[in-house]
Parts: sequence; structure tokens; C-alpha cells
Amino acid sequence: MPLRAQPASPEAAAPTVLEIPIGLLTREVPPPPLYDLLAVPEDDAVAGAALAIKDNNSTGAFTGQHFTLNTATLAEGDDPVAAAKALVDGGNHFLIVNLPADQLIAVADAVKPLGGVVFNVGALDDTLRADQCRANVFHIAPSRAMLADALAQFLAVKRWTKLFLVVGPQPDDIAYGEAVKRAARKFGLKIVAEKPWTFGPLARERSDSITRSDALVFTRGVDADVLVVADEANDFGTFIPFRTAEPRLVVGTQGLTASTWHQAQDAWGSAQLQSRFLRGANRTMRPTDYQAWLAARMVGEAATRAKDASPAAIADYLRSPDFSIAAFKGVPLSVRPWDQQVRQPLLIAQPFAIVAVAPEDGFLHQHTPLDTLGFDQPESKCRLK
Amino acid sequence: MIAFRPPTSLRVLSAALMGAVVLVAAEGASAGMAYVSNESGNSITAIDTATLTVTQTAKVGRRPRGIIMSPDGKVIYLCASDDHSVQVIDPATLKVLRKLKSGQDPELFALHPSGNPLYIANENDNQVTVLDVEKNKVVAQVPVGTEPEGMAVSPDGKILVATSETTNMAHFIDTETYKIVANVLVGARPRFAEFTRDGKKLFVSAEVGGTVSVIDPETRKIIKKIEFKIPGVSKETIQPVGVRVTRDGKTAFVALGPANRVAVVNAETYAVEDYLLVGQRVWQLAFTPDEKQLFTTNGNSNDVSVIDVPARKVVKSIKAGGAPWGVVVAPQ
Repeated sequence: MPLRAQPASPEAAAPTVLEIPIGLLTREVPPPPLYDLLAVPEDDAVAGAALAIKDNNSTGAFTGQHFTLNTATLAEGDDPVAAAKALVDGGNHFLIVNLPADQLIAVADAVKPLGGVVFNVGALDDTLRADQCRANVFHIAPSRAMLADALAQFLAVKRWTKLFLVVGPQPDDIAYGEAVKRAARKFGLKIVAEKPWTFGPLARERSDSITRSDALVFTRGVDADVLVVADEANDFGTFIPFRTAEPRLVVGTQGLTASTWHQAQDAWGSAQLQSRFLRGANRTMRPTDYQAWLAARMVGEAATRAKDASPAAIADYLRSPDFSIAAFKGVPLSVRPWDQQVRQPLLIAQPFAIVAVAPEDGFLHQHTPLDTLGFDQPESKCRLK
Repeated sequence: MIAFRPPTSLRVLSAALMGAVVLVAAEGASAGMAYVSNESGNSITAIDTATLTVTQTAKVGRRPRGIIMSPDGKVIYLCASDDHSVQVIDPATLKVLRKLKSGQDPELFALHPSGNPLYIANENDNQVTVLDVEKNKVVAQVPVGTEPEGMAVSPDGKILVATSETTNMAHFIDTETYKIVANVLVGARPRFAEFTRDGKKLFVSAEVGGTVSVIDPETRKIIKKIEFKIPGVSKETIQPVGVRVTRDGKTAFVALGPANRVAVVNAETYAVEDYLLVGQRVWQLAFTPDEKQLFTTNGNSNDVSVIDVPARKVVKSIKAGGAPWGVVVAPQ
């Protein structure tokens, strides 16, 4: 047996170990049908945060800091505000929140007087980074504007400039469609046609035989380079490729997508992160997992660098120009001071391969090319308070 | 499986070349050769440092990264990361002689100045494996921070430094007790560590932090954080990885990754004196024994740049295999 040496004992390095509890507030996902290829796993976000706690503790063992994760999972009808307050009252001043925008705002406002700092890992809404922004909320999840800008840059580089936009019936789909239109204006693309999807959740339709569908006749006769689909709930987007009348590439929420993380991502050392995650969770890492991982890592990184773990000190450090973090994206990530959105490269990918990374070369910016994605300072409607 | 079948003329030529190399080896030297590990090519490329031409390319284990040589120049040690082994390679024939127990996912390593043991960073297991290379026996495994990579041994052999990429620390390990004696917090994602020849300074690069920390190994405090600024190059792409310091301790060369440049730093004043444009995504560096040339691995342009050290000029680029990662030049 080889000698298994111990690291310098934490007691010797630091006389007291500082406990840093992190709360995670998420909600139950409805149970999937009998067989659902794309079911959201029960531990979405949780598995990512759990891995970051382990990563934080590997540093903490040397700096005398110890991190724990305390998760509250809301059932249908549970009050997110009560659950959030209970977490903060229990000492979890850092709150990773994986909830829709309205609940996120309610939680942020409720924990503000208690000194709670919120990390949004699930809500993409641009309004959260604009008129609905909050000083105690950091956005780890990308905004819809960032996702749409990333795809638009790719399409602009490819010179696939004629877009046929197909928007689903949900409010989120309509918001995504709006982000695509804004991105098209920003990067010189043209929406040549826009049609609503009115055929129901065909991607989820179940029957006892494989039906050979007719070509989607509503796509006929539109002269476009790509079809952009807006279907955040994944109800019909995967139904569209190869069922269009004309041969047509599909991009948007399905087909070629923009995201913070992807199972095919292995550049910049991320094979290590992917492998650690896979070993711990027994599945591949999803964007929400990555966002929760990043949120907990940001707390860890700030606690190490600022040598202070009070919520106010960490929040101040995160929004300061001194803060940056290595997060397997090839460049350091940091926080936009005007709306507290994490600036980060986004992966342009098809289901099993990375195709490009945004920002694309050639999209220039006076400060950082990362700010070509999403709302830049001069156009921001956020006034932090 | 598609086998590569070189045209006859090429085969004859390579046979002739092999003969030449074996002849040199018979005279007991790999002197004058540089060896490059090609991470995606799963191969190593041998380059004659006098003629600056490739003499041989050989298939090795999967995902070869860290590459060093024994002090006597008789063997090459290579981290075959995806094969979870360190391969011992004959520099003359480029044949794999032995495989060593490296632990999981070896990335980089350092050899004790005496030539044994080998200290290996196991990136995926958050530990350093200490391996007796003669007996192929694991002597110790030392837990360190998350994703250890950079490894350096002090010239007196007493201290081993391991840098952990996600923990952002340089861990100082006593090579007799295998205990961590100090942890120095450096910039984000530290990738490489290099002692000066007199052991008085330790350079640690931080790829994502964009800095190189100079640490006093005596006090274990950071003396200086070197920063880089290149007109017209975005700050985010300046990502220091490999560092080499001249024997006299006066000049440091720092590979800046996707900034595609090697910085020339005055190692006494820490002023950055020059940026040399090399190939794309430059990571590792190696001097020739006379320190007249410096070889760089450029992972995205699949080549090696050769820098004339006294003139501070890039004099040649040499095509290597897929994604050149590490480079070592044989001792004299």
C-alpha cells in the first residue's frame, strides 16, 4: 500500500474553520411520462451545485473555509417566499434560485432585508436584467437576448441572413421570438417570414404506431436560409427538422442552439468538469447544472479571494472589476456591473457536437467582445436598487 | 481501422532516416533533438535542432501531453493521459519501452533532479502520484487541490510544487515526508510552475487570471504578479501557460496561449520587454541546452515555432502533429 499522505491539517493552516452554507431553491419537475427521452432530471441544478461545493471544499481545506449545500425543493403550490426565508433564516445567505421570473423577484425582494444574495440560474427573462433588475440578484443564467445574439452572430458569419421565424404559443416562446427579432436587427439579418405554431405539442404526441407525417405545409414557399424555432418548453421544435417542405436548417430553441453548457463540450479543460460531474450524478451536465455550479463556485472564489465570507463583502467583490473566474469557457468570466449579468461565451451546438462559440471572431467591442452578447451598458434599462 | 500506408519512396526515406538515427543513438546521444507531444495526433514528433527539420514521427499512447527526459537523455517520459499511464520512450527509435503506473489521467510531471522519483499530477483525481521509475512502484499519493497540473521540483530536490487549476493554488510539498507545507493562492487556473536555477524564485502562470506570479520559495509569499498587455489583443485571450527562465535567471519567456505570443520578461525587474508572434495557441516552451533556441508548441496551428533567443526573433515554424502540447529538448 502506498503511503497516503495528508494535506497540511486545516487546523494548522487556519485555527478556525469558517462555515459557508449555500441555499438552493428549486421546484419539483412534473414526473415524466412512461418513456421520455428528454425528461428533465429530478436533480437538475442540484447536481451542479453539489459538485461546486466539492470543488470549493478542496480549496477550503487549505484556506479554512467549509461549504455546505442546503436544498429546498418546492412542490406544486408551495410558497417560494416562505421557503426562501426559511433558508436564509437558517443561515443560507447565498441563495441559488432555479425558479421562473415572477417567483425569483418575489424571493429576491423578501430576502433583501435579511441580507440574502440571490443567484438566478433558471430565468432567462430580459426584464430581470432591465426594469425588473434587483441589486441583490446576480444572473448566472444567460438572458434571452444573449442566447439570440449568440445565434445571430453565427448566422451572420455564415451569411445565412434570411430567417423564417416560427413562434410557439407560450409567453416564453413569444419572448424568445422578440429576442430573435432584436438580434436580427442588431446583426443585419432579415426576418423574411414569421408564423405562429398552432399545431400543438407534436413532439410530445404519443401513439401506438409511428406516423409518417406530411410535410409541414405551412413552411411551403418561404424563401429563407434557416428556420428559427421558438419553443422553450420543447413541445414541438424537435418535430420540425426534416418535416419542412423545402430542405431547411433549423436553429433556435431546437436544432442548432445557443447555451451556457453542452454535453459535447470538452475544450478548455472541461473534459475534467464533465467527467467529475458524470461520476457524481450518473448523467451528463445540463446548462442549469452548469449555471448552478458556476453560482456556487462564484461564492467560493469570492470567499477565497476577498478573504471574507459575509454576504455583503462577497456581493461587493463579485460586482467589482477585481472579480473574474475560470469556468471552462476559455476566457475568464466576470459580472456586468450595470445589471449583474455574468458575461460569458455561449456554445453554439447541435445535439451531439459543438459547432461554434460566441462571441464570434470579428465582433468587436470597446471593452470586451463578451459584451456583444445581450444588453450592453448604454442600452441597459436597469437601475440597480 | 484505416492504416496509413506511405508511398514507397517515403518508406525508403524513413528507413534511411531511421538508420541515421540509430547510428547517432549508437554513439550514445539524443543530443540535438527536440521532442514534441501531439495531443490530438496521439504521436510525438522528433525535430533536429540543428537543421530544424522533422526527422521522425511516431505513434504513442492516447492524448499525449506532458513530456520530459531523464537527466542523462537516455529516455523520454510521456504522459499518455487517456491511457492512464506514463510511457517510457527510447529517444532514438521513439519506441515505447515500458509503461509506468501513473495513476488516473496524468497530465504533467516533474522528475527529481537525481532522475528518480517522478512526480505526476493526476488531474482527474486531485492528487500527486510519486513514482519510483526504476521499480515502477507508487511511493506515495498526495491529495492536493482540484485539477493539479503544473509540477516543479526545487533544484535541491527538497520541495515539490504542484499547482491546482480549480483551487488556484501552488501547493508546496516536502519531498521526504510528502506533506503539504504551504499553499500559496495565485491567479485563476494556474497551469505551470518553474524554479529559477538558483532556487530563489518560483514562477507560476495563471491561464485565466492572465498573470504570472513570482513566489519567493523561502517565505512562500508572492513577490510580484506580472501582467501582460498587448495592443490590439483582447485581455481575455492573454492566457499565460508555459514559462522558462534562462540559467542566469535574467530572462523569462512566457507562452501566452491564444494571444499567439511569447512574452520576454526581464526576470529581475519583471518588466515585459517584448512580445514575439508565434503560432496559434502557444502553450509549452523548451530551451536548447545552449539556450540559443527556444521551441514553442502551437496547438491550434499544429506547428512549433523556433525562437532565436539572443536575437529575440522567431526564425522558423515547423509542422508537427495534431495539437502540439508539450516539448522537451534533449540535454547535452
